[in-house]
Amino acid sequence: MLESSLQQLGAALRAKKISSVELTQLYLDRMARLNPRLNAYITLNPEISLAQAKAADARLAAGTAEPLTGIPVAQKDIFCAKDWLTTCGSKMLHNFVSPYDAHIISQFNNAGAVNLGKTNMDEFAMGSSNETSHYGPVKNPWDTQRVPGGSSGGTASAVAARLCAAATGTDTGGSIRQPAALCGISGLKPTYGVCSRYGMIAFASSLDQAGPMGRSAEDLALMMNVMAGFDERDSTSLQRDNEDYTRDLNKPLTGLRIGLPKEFFAEGMGSDVAKAIEAAIAEYKKLGATIVDISLPNSKLSVPVYYVLAPAEASSNLSRFDGVRYGYRAPEYGDLADMYEKSRAQGFGAEVKRRIMIGTYVLSHGYYDAYYIKAQKIRRLIAQDFVEAYKHCDVIMGPTSPSTAFKLGEKGDDPVQMYLSDIYTIAVNLAGLPGMSIPCGFGDNNMPVGLQIIGNYFDEARMLNVAHQYQLATDWHSRAPQGL
Amino acid sequence: MTWEIVIGLEVHSQLSTNTKIFSGASTAFGAEPNTQADAVSLALPGVLPVLNKGAVERAIKFGIATGAHIAPRSVFARKNYFYPDLPKGYQISQFDLPVVGNGQLVIQVPAQGKQPAYEKTVRITRAHLEEDAGKSLHEDFHGMTGIDLNRAGTPLLEIVSEPDMRSAAEAVAYAKALHTLVQWIGICDGNMQEGSFRCDVNVSVRKPGQPLGTRREIKNLNSFKFMQQAIDYEVQWQIDTIENGGTIQQATILFNPDTGETRAMRSKEDAHDYRYFPDPDLLPLEISEEWKQQIAATLPELPHTKQARYQEQGLSAYDASVLTSARALADFFEATLDEAPGQIKLCANWLIGEVSAQLNRDGLDIAQCPISAQQLGGLLKRIADNTVSNSGAKEVFRTMWTEGGDADALIEAKGLKQVSDTGAIEKIVDEILAANADKVAEYRSGKDKLFGFFVGQAMKASQGKANPAQLNEILKQKLAG
Amino acid sequence: MSLSTQDVEKVARLARLAMTGEEIETARAQLNGIFDLIAEMQAVDTSGVEPMSHSQDLSQRLREDRVTESDQRDAFQRIAPQVEAGLYLVPKVIE
Repeated sequence: MLESSLQQLGAALRAKKISSVELTQLYLDRMARLNPRLNAYITLNPEISLAQAKAADARLAAGTAEPLTGIPVAQKDIFCAKDWLTTCGSKMLHNFVSPYDAHIISQFNNAGAVNLGKTNMDEFAMGSSNETSHYGPVKNPWDTQRVPGGSSGGTASAVAARLCAAATGTDTGGSIRQPAALCGISGLKPTYGVCSRYGMIAFASSLDQAGPMGRSAEDLALMMNVMAGFDERDSTSLQRDNEDYTRDLNKPLTGLRIGLPKEFFAEGMGSDVAKAIEAAIAEYKKLGATIVDISLPNSKLSVPVYYVLAPAEASSNLSRFDGVRYGYRAPEYGDLADMYEKSRAQGFGAEVKRRIMIGTYVLSHGYYDAYYIKAQKIRRLIAQDFVEAYKHCDVIMGPTSPSTAFKLGEKGDDPVQMYLSDIYTIAVNLAGLPGMSIPCGFGDNNMPVGLQIIGNYFDEARMLNVAHQYQLATDWHSRAPQGL
Repeated sequence: MTWEIVIGLEVHSQLSTNTKIFSGASTAFGAEPNTQADAVSLALPGVLPVLNKGAVERAIKFGIATGAHIAPRSVFARKNYFYPDLPKGYQISQFDLPVVGNGQLVIQVPAQGKQPAYEKTVRITRAHLEEDAGKSLHEDFHGMTGIDLNRAGTPLLEIVSEPDMRSAAEAVAYAKALHTLVQWIGICDGNMQEGSFRCDVNVSVRKPGQPLGTRREIKNLNSFKFMQQAIDYEVQWQIDTIENGGTIQQATILFNPDTGETRAMRSKEDAHDYRYFPDPDLLPLEISEEWKQQIAATLPELPHTKQARYQEQGLSAYDASVLTSARALADFFEATLDEAPGQIKLCANWLIGEVSAQLNRDGLDIAQCPISAQQLGGLLKRIADNTVSNSGAKEVFRTMWTEGGDADALIEAKGLKQVSDTGAIEKIVDEILAANADKVAEYRSGKDKLFGFFVGQAMKASQGKANPAQLNEILKQKLAG
Repeated sequence: MSLSTQDVEKVARLARLAMTGEEIETARAQLNGIFDLIAEMQAVDTSGVEPMSHSQDLSQRLREDRVTESDQRDAFQRIAPQVEAGLYLVPKVIE
């Protein structure tokens, strides 16, 4: 049952081979055993989960079930879920029981999915290793000495360790794709604006995008059918007709033009990663694709641009955490300014404070043009590179991460080294394009390698098709970590 | 004059929408604390702003009414600072690209002492949409301050003038004209006690011909009287400071109505680095030519246009300006005039005279006037067609005010109908002349003063109902022989 | 370019983050490392390039002016640090 696809689970539920309550309990039991070692979840609430499972069983019995009805799905702790503790990985929200549901949460509730728990994450989604969580680091199930990636590391670890059927993540600079790669699972960051941000705690508003993480492209497509869609409460939500993201899964890849940006294959990528990526490209050729050499000349600037824009937006987005209306307030303080400064200093962790300071500085008087405006201009150049590239190819491929999962604590003292691990993923967020990562082999130390697939705007269905066809031909996505 | 006063205003006008600028929470005044503070007003984690169409429509109306440029594309920016009544830690406002730019407002500065009244055009630099903050209540909660966020997110139009005013009187005249206009075009209820219309006044002084002096900003004035007092005090303070060898530091100051003094604020002193940047949660606001035209078609005739028209129709500048000082008054005036066509002067005199005086005595405003424009017009029509004398009309008016009723019926009931029948008046005159033949002879020999005697006798004989003009005319003819 | 201690102190104050002298110095070293990375931007010629705030070139959607929210004060204040008489309490605000 743990290895079943969402499709198979749905069929089993509808055929009454298993009830949602039984399935949910199966996962809860497994979590009780394995979560203490992986720390993939921050909050479990079996009472609510089982109540939802019971309601799902009623729907299944009544014949009003939808494809995900009764299926246990984990939610990244960045999504506000009514009556659930929603911490965003921060001490700042250690006591924040959300009074409302994020749009994404409502979508899953309406679909009859079971909320299995809230997954661990880097604090306010700021991190690439899940080590910045106030609730402790998450371990990579392939090697618990290693990081799962971040910021959606709890979700990636939970999916890889079969602690949920599928789960949600969010991606501001690679936070779905990089942990998916490091944990050997599949993850999709949709086009900016496809999934509503309402109720998703903001990190960098113009870059944040929710997306599914799961064990296969086919599972991601079913998740997308629930997650995507217009929401009037988000001004940046796109008004488009609903799509069936499974519609193109089975199309052949003959004639597919794959662009390989030379910048992604230059220095910096580990040789083990390069080997796996090259093998994956070879597999695609076998599937009928042709290779096009392309260039994304400004992509090398995506890290500096990102570390101006994202902290700038974050510094402002995180100003609401002031100890007045909800969340952490310092136990002792003097005047108002002292209450603010102590609550924020104690409530935020080091990485979050660092980014707030970067953002505050780049927006401050006298530096705005040199940093913020400059970065926004280069952002446009980066986006234009993709527009140019898509004149010559249908999808772009490359590595998701320059290396496989590194050891806990390995990059702890050097923020710049940590930031550079998102070098291949950030440009996609800056351009607002969809990107995904699928497992394509193993590198040194037998750690998974992820292949990144970048699509043109709104090309999610085609990307899922491209990923699915590869997953029909290979079995990297069905490998599971052993020995847990 | 040794010092020139330079004043510019920033007016925060609360827009009269049903809901907040970025959420569907009510903006009704006076609700229990925080009962209208929805998830967006409270800045709960994850919530997002969506712009209220009604707020944009009102900004467009204002732009059209001030002949301003309405930006086809404007941008919302975040103004970052920490304050407990500002839940997000930033205010959503407009910075580089405001919705309204380059307008103007014609103001009437009333006569003062020897200086006659005059008209002046004040340039409006810009008007932008933004959200209001909540309220801090300083009553003692164990030494703490209470925060009510009902007001947070109420739409504001911040209207910024050029520093075009040269006296407190001009500043007050501008503020009053703006106050009239925003109510006139229906974008703000103008209730100053409730904070719907709040003025920040930038004041500086300089020697004429010199560059602008350093300004100090008097915050949150919510009455015209206080504005006058605050500016007077502040100007004197600045002049004294400079003349005593001091310099003016840029500052935000508060006016204390109890002491009549201004003082610098202690908070927000390090808040000048607002770190403005475009709000990534909101997209550029686009306003089409078509939308502007649709809104322009709904605008009423504006006060200044109306005033000019009244003057062309024969009213004095003063009367025209009084009648256009509020839309309700102008509407009442025009409805009265509809009932008494052609009697613009008479209608104006009565509205500004009798009606205003009576409203004042009763502490009412024009909207609460117990006499309708139709009733008043009906009465004035009877003055115009000589049915009733002016003094008779005043008697009717007093009854109408307290007991209601229609002019014709009241004139009839009170027996105030004038005799305007020439034959009847001639008959009375003939009788009077016949009975006073000696006086007639005296008059004809040059004693002109006796004319008044004949008028009095004839009026008495008609029981006061003879049309005075007609009576005079007939008497003159007959006495001339 | 490099940030001075005063720069970092000013930023910490603007961001309302209490920091010890030691924390300021640690932050200064790290921020300078990050700004060295960011400085790579300055080599790019961006003349004539329009800044990009959003990935899609769209305009703001407008909401009808209709009340959609009801009073949820009790639920919202259940998670507040300190409330009294329906108000959020903070240390005394001095104007």
